[in-house]
Amino acid sequence: MGKLTFSIGGIHPADRKIARERQIEVLPLPDKVYVSMFQHLGAMAKPVVSVGDTVKAGQIIAEPGGFISAYIHSPVSGTVKSIGPRKDLAGFNQMHIEIAVEGDEWAEGIDLSPELVTDIPEDKAFILDRIKMNGVVGLGGATFPAHVKLNPPPGKTADCLILNGAECEPYLTSDYRILLERTDEIVVGAAIMQKVLGGCRCVIGIEENKPEAIAAARASVAKLGYPNMEVAVLKKRYPQGGEKQLIDAVMHRQVKSGGLPIDVGAVVQNVATSLAVYEAVQKNKPLVTNVLTVTGDCLPVERQHNYLFRIGVPLSFIAEYAGGIPEGAVKIVSGGPMMGKAIANLDATTVKGSSSILYLSAATERKAESNCIRCGRCADACPMGLEPFLLKSLYAAGDVPALEQNAAQDCIECGCCQYSCPAYIPLLDNIRQAKGQVMAVIRARNAKK
Amino acid sequence: MDKVIVSPSPHVHSPASTDGIMRDVIIALVPALLVSFLFYGWSQLLVLAVSCVSCVGLEWLIARFLFKRPGLFSGTSALVTGILLAMNLPCTTPWWIVFIGALFAIGVVKMSFGGLGQNLFNPAIAGRVFLLVSFPVQMTNWTMPANSFAAVDAVTGSTPLSLIKEGLKSGQSIGDVLAANGMDMGMLLRDIGGSSGEISAIALLVGFCYLLIRRVVKPWIPLSILLTVALIAGIFHAVDPAHYTGIGFNLLTGGVLLGAFFMATDYVTSPMSNWGGVVFGVGIGVIVMMIRYFGSYPEGMSFAILIMNCFVPLINRAFHQKKYGRA
Repeated sequence: MGKLTFSIGGIHPADRKIARERQIEVLPLPDKVYVSMFQHLGAMAKPVVSVGDTVKAGQIIAEPGGFISAYIHSPVSGTVKSIGPRKDLAGFNQMHIEIAVEGDEWAEGIDLSPELVTDIPEDKAFILDRIKMNGVVGLGGATFPAHVKLNPPPGKTADCLILNGAECEPYLTSDYRILLERTDEIVVGAAIMQKVLGGCRCVIGIEENKPEAIAAARASVAKLGYPNMEVAVLKKRYPQGGEKQLIDAVMHRQVKSGGLPIDVGAVVQNVATSLAVYEAVQKNKPLVTNVLTVTGDCLPVERQHNYLFRIGVPLSFIAEYAGGIPEGAVKIVSGGPMMGKAIANLDATTVKGSSSILYLSAATERKAESNCIRCGRCADACPMGLEPFLLKSLYAAGDVPALEQNAAQDCIECGCCQYSCPAYIPLLDNIRQAKGQVMAVIRARNAKK
Repeated sequence: MDKVIVSPSPHVHSPASTDGIMRDVIIALVPALLVSFLFYGWSQLLVLAVSCVSCVGLEWLIARFLFKRPGLFSGTSALVTGILLAMNLPCTTPWWIVFIGALFAIGVVKMSFGGLGQNLFNPAIAGRVFLLVSFPVQMTNWTMPANSFAAVDAVTGSTPLSLIKEGLKSGQSIGDVLAANGMDMGMLLRDIGGSSGEISAIALLVGFCYLLIRRVVKPWIPLSILLTVALIAGIFHAVDPAHYTGIGFNLLTGGVLLGAFFMATDYVTSPMSNWGGVVFGVGIGVIVMMIRYFGSYPEGMSFAILIMNCFVPLINRAFHQKKYGRA
């Protein structure tokens, strides 16, 4: 198998994986953690503890608020200090549980030993239950509850489980580090998901710029000998790790507009999710830790880190532990530079999907927009085959039916168009708004049916 | 840190910029400019200087004082128009005619449509055509290339295309015309009277390859123009070589290369999709050959491009990107 890639659009941003050689370090515990009730896609979780309760690490503190929702566990042992609204990183109030840290005692039944457990349980219901009860969500960005995705609706079967190790966003190295340091666990996690999905093929996709990770994954797959599993080398091209793009690259199938990956027999999970599935099923360990990269263009390499953090630790604690905000930083981003969110509030807490604290210098500041010169680079770059220049004009004209006809709702918000525009036109800013309008129209129409 | 910037993603941008693209186009035109200086000397330099200063100056003045939007001024883009206009004019063009051409190109064709990116027609070509119909005598007074800056008395003459056109009109065959003027068909680098940009195929090709390597332009528009010209010329010439000029002659004269490489590929006035570009290119190729074989103008590249410019909005409507998951 040669190098795989998606068939439409894409860009080649500079790699900038400066923190790639930095081994994962365990972040110490702060005095207090703030656990958000809204760290997954779907309904908000409902707290099941009260102020004054003593909790242990790994204990359930919130239950799902709907079908698409997830359990949330205490990341530390201590006392519940408050339950109420607190500002998230964008500055919006969300329900949080504040816990004062006392010691580090874990709940019963959690295996914290480092031994690799390779025997996979036979019972699918047991596996799914473990994944659900341990609050596993997709860690590739969307934080979709994993037990829902791994349990296809009746009549739909998975042909292929794609394990996403592309990490196509510049700067980010957390997936790379776990692929190197926790390889076997990731592969066992993949085998578990394979089993749940009925023994389909499994392809672990890794971009070509991570040869060490590719070698490690290949060695582990060969060593552990799970059937029907292979490592595929992906071309370095953004957004290779986009769900729809990855399905196109690996299976040569395209998900219809408005459809789900399972419609074409695909299930995509991130490598970090695979690690969480391993810990949930084999160790009964809830998702209370994740790996995050502290990086940026104004941060010297010796100050860049990959941390294993407890989910709920404030971003400011991590930033301070890593040496404070570097000189020259004008923007702090949670996530990659292409799709991450700018942090308005560093006191906000980490959530299950936190993948980085990215410091960006003034060199990345937006430049003044000028007239469109109709070069068509946005359309060439769009991995969904959309015409961003057209969508922007249609949005300006307020023509929602034409926006729908030109598939504004298909936008995956990868940012390729805006990245490519030589006139610095904020294409994605406009298309996001347009997409919102079209989605509202589609929802209203579906509600009427 | 007191303040942080909060803006939606993406947070990084490619190194590409409009100015950078225009700079690349200017660099790509340098080889052809050098060859034209070598052949036509100071007079060519004067035309270039007047054209560039007028274009840039007029764009600045219009943006600053008429629109009162200094941000509308794009110096590099105006400079490209200035260079292309100069390359489309005889080196003997009086300075005031050059200025009028620049005024029409920038003032009427570009700025009155809204400035950079808004114009329907290629400003340099529209300026050239405006001058051609307004000052037909001065605009067809082509100098024969002289290999020196020192030449005081330049020899002027007609372009090969107009020579043949006149000859054919008076009932001669192509062979008669060429024999009468002591010319042959083996002229690639020099010895062709014409606007400066027309005379050096190789220099133009080098510049175009630079643009391809820099990924500023795609090859589809020029390829489809050149292939169409070659195909039509090949068929007609094979049928009646006495009255229809051949492939090489039609590709290398009358600004076909300059037009195909640098004017038809103008982002603003060409289609956005690859297949749209092919339609656009084939259209230009057909029109230029129809004008040359059956029209009253000897060349026709300028008209062909302007006519196809009109169709660009329609072509853009007809050809769309292949969308993901909507086959």
